[in-house]
Amino acid sequence: MKFPDPHEVKAQAIPGTEGWERMYPYQYQFVTDDPVRARYEKETFWFNDGLHYPEPLYPFDTIWDEAWYLALSQYNNRIFMVPPVRGVDHRVINGYVYISPVPVKDPEEIGKRVPHFMERAGFYFKNWDALEARWKVKMEATIRELEALRIPTLAEMEDLRVVTDAIGESQGYHLLKNYDDLINLGLKCWQYHFEFLNLGYAAYVFFLDFMQKQFPSMPTQRVTQMISGIDVIMYRPDEELKKLARLAVESKIDGLFAGDADWASLEAALRKEPRARAWLDALETSRQPWFNVSTGTGWFHHDRSWNDQMSVPLTGIRTYIGKIKQGASIERPTQKVRAERDRITAEYRGLLPDDATRKQFDELLGTAKTVFPYVENHLFYVEHWFHSLFWNKVREVGAILKEHGVIADVEDVWLLRRDEIKSALWDVVTAWATGVTPRGTQTWPREIAWRKGVMQKFKEWSAPPAIGTAPEVIQEPFTIVLWGVTNKSLADWAAVQGAKEGARTSELKGFAGSPGVVEGRARVCKTVAEVSQLQEGEILVAPTTSPSWAPAFAKIKACVTDVGGVMSHAAIVCREYGLPAVVGTGHATKIIRTGMQLRVDGSTGVIAIVDEAAAAPEAPPLRAAAGGGRRAT
Amino acid sequence: MSLGAPLVCWLEECRKDSVPLVGGKCSSLGELINAGVRVPPGFALTTEGYRRFIAEAGIGREIAAMLERLDTDDLEALGKASASIRARIEEQPFSAELEDLVAERYRKLAVRCCMPAVPVAVRSSATAEDLPDASFAGQQDTFLWIRGVDEVLHHMRRCISSLYADRALAYRARRGVGDDRLAISVGVQKMAKAYTAGVMFTLHPANGDRSVIVIDASFGFGESVVSGEVTPDHFVVNKVTLDIIDRTISQKEICYTVDSRTQTSRATEVPLERQRIQSLLDDEITQLAWMGKRIEQHYGRPMDIEWAVDKDLAAGGNIFILQARPETVWSARQPAATSLPGTAMDYILTNMLAGKRLS
Repeated sequence: MKFPDPHEVKAQAIPGTEGWERMYPYQYQFVTDDPVRARYEKETFWFNDGLHYPEPLYPFDTIWDEAWYLALSQYNNRIFMVPPVRGVDHRVINGYVYISPVPVKDPEEIGKRVPHFMERAGFYFKNWDALEARWKVKMEATIRELEALRIPTLAEMEDLRVVTDAIGESQGYHLLKNYDDLINLGLKCWQYHFEFLNLGYAAYVFFLDFMQKQFPSMPTQRVTQMISGIDVIMYRPDEELKKLARLAVESKIDGLFAGDADWASLEAALRKEPRARAWLDALETSRQPWFNVSTGTGWFHHDRSWNDQMSVPLTGIRTYIGKIKQGASIERPTQKVRAERDRITAEYRGLLPDDATRKQFDELLGTAKTVFPYVENHLFYVEHWFHSLFWNKVREVGAILKEHGVIADVEDVWLLRRDEIKSALWDVVTAWATGVTPRGTQTWPREIAWRKGVMQKFKEWSAPPAIGTAPEVIQEPFTIVLWGVTNKSLADWAAVQGAKEGARTSELKGFAGSPGVVEGRARVCKTVAEVSQLQEGEILVAPTTSPSWAPAFAKIKACVTDVGGVMSHAAIVCREYGLPAVVGTGHATKIIRTGMQLRVDGSTGVIAIVDEAAAAPEAPPLRAAAGGGRRAT
Repeated sequence: MSLGAPLVCWLEECRKDSVPLVGGKCSSLGELINAGVRVPPGFALTTEGYRRFIAEAGIGREIAAMLERLDTDDLEALGKASASIRARIEEQPFSAELEDLVAERYRKLAVRCCMPAVPVAVRSSATAEDLPDASFAGQQDTFLWIRGVDEVLHHMRRCISSLYADRALAYRARRGVGDDRLAISVGVQKMAKAYTAGVMFTLHPANGDRSVIVIDASFGFGESVVSGEVTPDHFVVNKVTLDIIDRTISQKEICYTVDSRTQTSRATEVPLERQRIQSLLDDEITQLAWMGKRIEQHYGRPMDIEWAVDKDLAAGGNIFILQARPETVWSARQPAATSLPGTAMDYILTNMLAGKRLS
């Protein structure tokens, strides 16, 4: 399969962005001035990590990419000694991240790694639950450390205590040091992030692999359904909203939630209402930690948490109050999901040819069930709870840079690399100590204005899904399960390459995320804030969803996303609610418009645009929908 | 003649163990009906009825005598003997009792189908239970689109006489099977006036996957699908959950329908605007797959099934199973010797080392 040459892709620079390379770490560049590296890059298969980065990376946000570049690779290659794979290499073009698993090529070396892998990975699988309990302790301690971390402001005159307590250190020094601490906590958190994840995914991938070898036509979602209905904390924030909705109705204060008053005025009204006291107390309990859930994936600085954006949980609470008042159930149909899971598991098991195969099935399913909670739960701890707090700490750093005139707006801080922020802080702190003007006040605002323009141009660029040379064999578990790199996806990617820009279609394909077929009206929500516009029974079309989108699922008929596999949030939640889902369509939010009539087939992964007439009229009309699967009678 | 064995019986009265009485085909249909599967209604002249017919006609001895003189290696003589035996059988009238019994069942069948002179298929149902090669007689004679009781009786005799077709005689001679144990049953079954018909496998014929049911469907009678004259619509249904996981709609240029004048099926062109339309509704696919699953459960093995959607009947009750037999290709195959190490860790290692091959 032929994919574009990475160096040629990069050489077609977007006018006005020349020099963009300085926005990212130098080792992320595809290079032509180093023949050995250039050849390696040309002969390697790189695919765009659109799963994590549907949009170009801001220079600061690159921190998490660097963090997992290190963490995933080290656990594969230096800690667990995964025999046939080293780490995953990274590059960036126009702000989009390209990654590639690095194989161990020498069979003898692979053989030498095997006993180490068996010992080390075996230890984790064997002691999974106990080690996971320890992980939780480590992770919570890291979060507490982050919460306690102070970003000091630089005073005109240091506090007298510095003298009387003979501290011997200035706030300037502490600012520099604590910024380092902040970054280091972030990196540490990502060290933990991967402690179980590689092995967790391996267990999951090979259960999937086993099932699909037994049943070549078995949809992936049916395999994942076998490990559904297990309680994971991802549902917890949503459960908190339900609890608060119930309490509001029980306390007879639900009337106050009527209308669309914003959180500030509603809170003021609640504070004046004596019957609302218990509710406000309950809210405080829910907020820590559950409202640290991000409104996005948590990977980007613009993914604010519920705590930052109370309008989002408020919309959810209002939805649930409405449902309760109508007498509708707001419970997840967990019992039903579990019963169906058990039925499916038993039937598939019954179709296996013999006892040896059934024993292997039991083993692999058992392991997949053991790892499943971690694979889901780490997201709340790392991407949501830790990240939400982390972004706000960086905003505090941004506020200091702004105060000292290095950046014009706190949110400009994201246009600097993490090491550039360190340099700028040095500039600010030495200038503060010395009593002069930081040099950066002249250089950074200009650079940031230019970078903003570059980011805008990057957003308009359409990144090729894959570049370089496709390999014959892929062994790295993440590559297969998370990014879905298979023969089929490669062929699809090659096809996308061949398709004309802006070509219109009446049918979209994605991964079959959750089974079932429904027809309904589309509602495109680009961000979770738009969820409040959702009408009962619509089909949600979103770039991706995260736990904070949960209340939306109580209203919708089906869900379609641009990004994600069968283990993505939307797919998992839809399976729990028994709603059809098609995920990872690539560009549903660009093609589908609110009001279009869709037919979503979550069993085949196909979305048909049945009627576009009622759609919002901003885009040119599509070609007529092809004859659907109905017999004319 | 055992007392009380019926001369005719309804298909639904037949069971797996009815083979000596009604032959393999009818007992299998009865078995399906009793498993809750919808099969076109019908009845059978039993082997007991067959014996009564031969006894009443009084030609048993005559036939035996003709066969005794026969040199089965002389093909010409064989052909002649076969023709005269068959002619003798076919000219014998049924006794009034047998004729009444058959006429009564046929009339009741017509009432059940709400069609006077309901068109039926008349086919022989062999009792070859003691012979491994079920096609021993070569005489799975089937007469389609038969209407009216006289025609039914006539074709019943033709089915009976097929026991003495030349190939059957030669076969029995070669195998040394005596004629004294011979018996045949004749099934009479409503013709399904197929709007759509086809085949269904309760495993994937391409890869042996037992978790799916694969359905091939086209307009008209199933002949076009079975013979490969059209590329049928192709559906893959998840056997466990009954959802359609894959579908390919093809261009179906011809279909077989019944010619109302000659009462035979013939190929006609499908109107262009219908050629690319899905020949089976989603609900019908699900219903059919459900039946396939039931049939497989009943027989405890993967099955190869012929089915039809009947034009004459209302939706919801119009899908019929015409035939179900064990799947043979994959079922005969030994499962590939995959090493199953047992523990999850070993499986992960083995398969990780193998990697995922991309082409």
